[in-house]
Amino acid sequence: MKSEIVVETRNLSMHFGGVKAVDRVNFNLRENELRCLIGPNGAGKSTFFKCLTGQLSPTSGDVVIRDFNGTGRLPHEIARLGVGIKTQVPNVFDGLSVTENIWLAARRWHGAARARSLTSQTVERLKLGDIRTDLVGQLAHGQRQWVELGMVVAAEPWLVLLDEPAAGMTHDEIERTVEIIREINQQATMIVVEHDMQFIRMISSKVTVFHEGRILIEDTMDVVTADPRVREVYLGHGAS
Amino acid sequence: MSWTRENRWRAALVLVGVVFTLAAPGVLELFTIINLSTAIALAILALSLGLIWGYGGILCFGQTAFFGIGAYAYTIAAINFGGSSWAVLVAILAAAVFAAVLGYFMFYGRVSDVYMAVITLTVTLILYSLLRRTSGPEYKIGDALLGGFNGVTSPPLNMPWAPYMPLFPEHVFYVGMTVLIVGYIICAWLIQTHFGRVAVAIRENELRAELIGYDTRFYKLAMFTIGGAIAGAGGIIFANGVGRVTPDIFNLYNSALAIIWVIVGGRGTLAGPVMGSFALFYLTSWLGTQGTVNNNLVLGLILIIFVLAVPRGILPTFISWWDGARSRRAMQRRELKIRRRRGRRSSDLRETADEK
Amino acid sequence: MDLVIALALQIIYGIASLALISLGLAIIFGMMRVINLAHGEFLMLGGYTVVVSTNQGVNIWFAMLVLAPLVVGIIGVLVERLLIQFLYGRMVDTLLATWGLSLLFVGLVTSIFGAQTATTISPPLGAIQIGDYSSSAYELFLIVVTVVLLAMVYAVLKLTRLGLVARATMQSDDMASALGVSTKRIYMVTFGLGAAVSGLAGGLLAPVTGVLPSIGATYIAKAFITVISGGASILAGTTAASVLLGGINGIMAFLTGPTLGEVALLAAAIILIRLLPTGITGRFFRKSL
Repeated sequence: MKSEIVVETRNLSMHFGGVKAVDRVNFNLRENELRCLIGPNGAGKSTFFKCLTGQLSPTSGDVVIRDFNGTGRLPHEIARLGVGIKTQVPNVFDGLSVTENIWLAARRWHGAARARSLTSQTVERLKLGDIRTDLVGQLAHGQRQWVELGMVVAAEPWLVLLDEPAAGMTHDEIERTVEIIREINQQATMIVVEHDMQFIRMISSKVTVFHEGRILIEDTMDVVTADPRVREVYLGHGAS
Repeated sequence: MSWTRENRWRAALVLVGVVFTLAAPGVLELFTIINLSTAIALAILALSLGLIWGYGGILCFGQTAFFGIGAYAYTIAAINFGGSSWAVLVAILAAAVFAAVLGYFMFYGRVSDVYMAVITLTVTLILYSLLRRTSGPEYKIGDALLGGFNGVTSPPLNMPWAPYMPLFPEHVFYVGMTVLIVGYIICAWLIQTHFGRVAVAIRENELRAELIGYDTRFYKLAMFTIGGAIAGAGGIIFANGVGRVTPDIFNLYNSALAIIWVIVGGRGTLAGPVMGSFALFYLTSWLGTQGTVNNNLVLGLILIIFVLAVPRGILPTFISWWDGARSRRAMQRRELKIRRRRGRRSSDLRETADEK
Repeated sequence: MDLVIALALQIIYGIASLALISLGLAIIFGMMRVINLAHGEFLMLGGYTVVVSTNQGVNIWFAMLVLAPLVVGIIGVLVERLLIQFLYGRMVDTLLATWGLSLLFVGLVTSIFGAQTATTISPPLGAIQIGDYSSSAYELFLIVVTVVLLAMVYAVLKLTRLGLVARATMQSDDMASALGVSTKRIYMVTFGLGAAVSGLAGGLLAPVTGVLPSIGATYIAKAFITVISGGASILAGTTAASVLLGGINGIMAFLTGPTLGEVALLAAAIILIRLLPTGITGRFFRKSL
């Protein structure tokens, strides 16, 4: 028996002037799935992601999250559904400490005591204990990414949307991030936008390939990498 | 509220304020006390701007609008009611409602920082030019004639629900100091609540705050409204300190003053703007008596110099310098200890080597 | 009929004067994304230039049309070199610093000329008759000057190299640097030009309003509203907002008196900004100048 569809887009389009960044995309995601969105630069995956998270209001079409019509909603309304979102550029509170950052996310949904215990759990889970009291603005790039992931998981979301979680990380940091993502996936359905193929292989999930604002193919990584169309538009440079 | 280092300092400051309140009328001349009431009113205005700009990140160039509305609403209501008790409530409410309406347009319209600054300033200037035109007898609210650029005489505060017992100037001073101290405590408490921390988080990164599920528009609006209410309370004290409200309360010079207090005192602190307002109040009064240099000239220079050279303001700069000096001293002590220990160890080594 | 013409003229004059006092601010904002809070003082300095030089016996037309923009333009270039250039990319600090500048200018002029109205000069040109109504010929002249000025800005934007870069900058902030143009000099020239236009406006209005050190404050509220309502496009924004706000102001002032006219102007602007946070040209006529 297939599990329930939790994220669905119907003919989703986003146009900037004459540019069709996302063009009539129909996309389905089932519960507990871990899906990677890939595609060359300008393929529309980040725009698609921003339409899902409420950072952009689509030109036409619908976004449905569970039974909620999320089209053109604001980010906080999407988050209120129990959706955890991490953006491409680390969006963190630079002037606050690591604990404060995570506490703010936990406290949004829980009472004071529960928020405190969730915060320390999350700090532990992401191994941020050593830098707990440091200002996030002074941390290294990889650590800032983890703080942001910490804010995502501290809210205990059932759906997690990550935009390039491994961008700018060292190899060791990427491995750690993959571990974190697998762990999050134990409890939550996930969408990960990424262009690092290495990283996607490590996650080993079903992959949706975007090309020119549309979905080119949707399958496992092995099938996708073997597909000639994908080779041409995306891997072409390396394969030929 | 926990007893962090900041809160110990805040408690000390409150204590100083309380002692000053009790001691000042016995020591200072009446003229100085009356003058002080005006300075205190301005300090309350500074506090409100320090809260919404320094913690809420809301760039309001027209905080004097709420201050002035508080003063006008108090005066008009007190004249009409024949007593100050309800007038005080009306004044604070009027300022808060005005802030809420203006804030609704700005925050729910998603107006950017810079536009917000310009809009708030513009609204203040328009209030100024509107009220200046109200000199005719047809411009009156109830029994209160608005009086154009001459303004309206403000009835003094009276004992609660006893209009026959007006307060004397030193009592106004007590009331003013109480409002300032209580306002300060409320602000210090507010920034440590969940609400206050979210406001600070929004200042740091609005998108992230939204992504973790906070409706940032609402938080900003609430912060702005609270700031408006505090500024309105300041306006009541101002009307009592000066004894009259005129449209000049809304002029460009006063709006600039409020900004300069916060810039000089420091954003992200509450005490900084308050101290800044007292310092500049006495600086400008002194310059006024000297009559050699123009106030505008000096304030303009101060503003430019601070933006270029001390952008964080005096108090935060001083705190980080102090912390730096303290950790440097601690480091020196630690180094000294290590060196001493190392010296001992090396002499130990030498001794053992000698024994061999 | 005469009434209609006189009224129309009055409204057009309101629109033109709104455009006139806003244009310098719009040029600097449109090209540099800098809101110059000392804009009112640039107008004020233009006014003083005219008053002082005509008192020295200079021909008033020469003082208004040549000296005022020249003097204030030079001041603008100096301000850009000494202050603004250190603050690019820091919009809030730029706002604060130009506010400091505004106070500084008010203080300086007060120290030199006193806080009172300087010797006023009467508007040249007399009155003209429209049937039973008389209208000031000088107001007509100001309308013509505003139209000419807008046409000149259009020509500069459309035909010169500076205009090309200006248009690129208006479309996208990084565009100019992508084009490999030295933005540094462009910014200096722009600020100078914006200041010169403000100086010209201040000089032209001096005979109508008189000059005093704090007169800038009476201009800036309206100039800000116009530029913000208009949005980033210099010409289309300023023109559209001036027509809309000036028109509303003029009609309401005719119907109910000047005070409510101003209230209507403010209310219209606030509603406009609530509906179109990026101004009229942020939504409509996006590709315009």
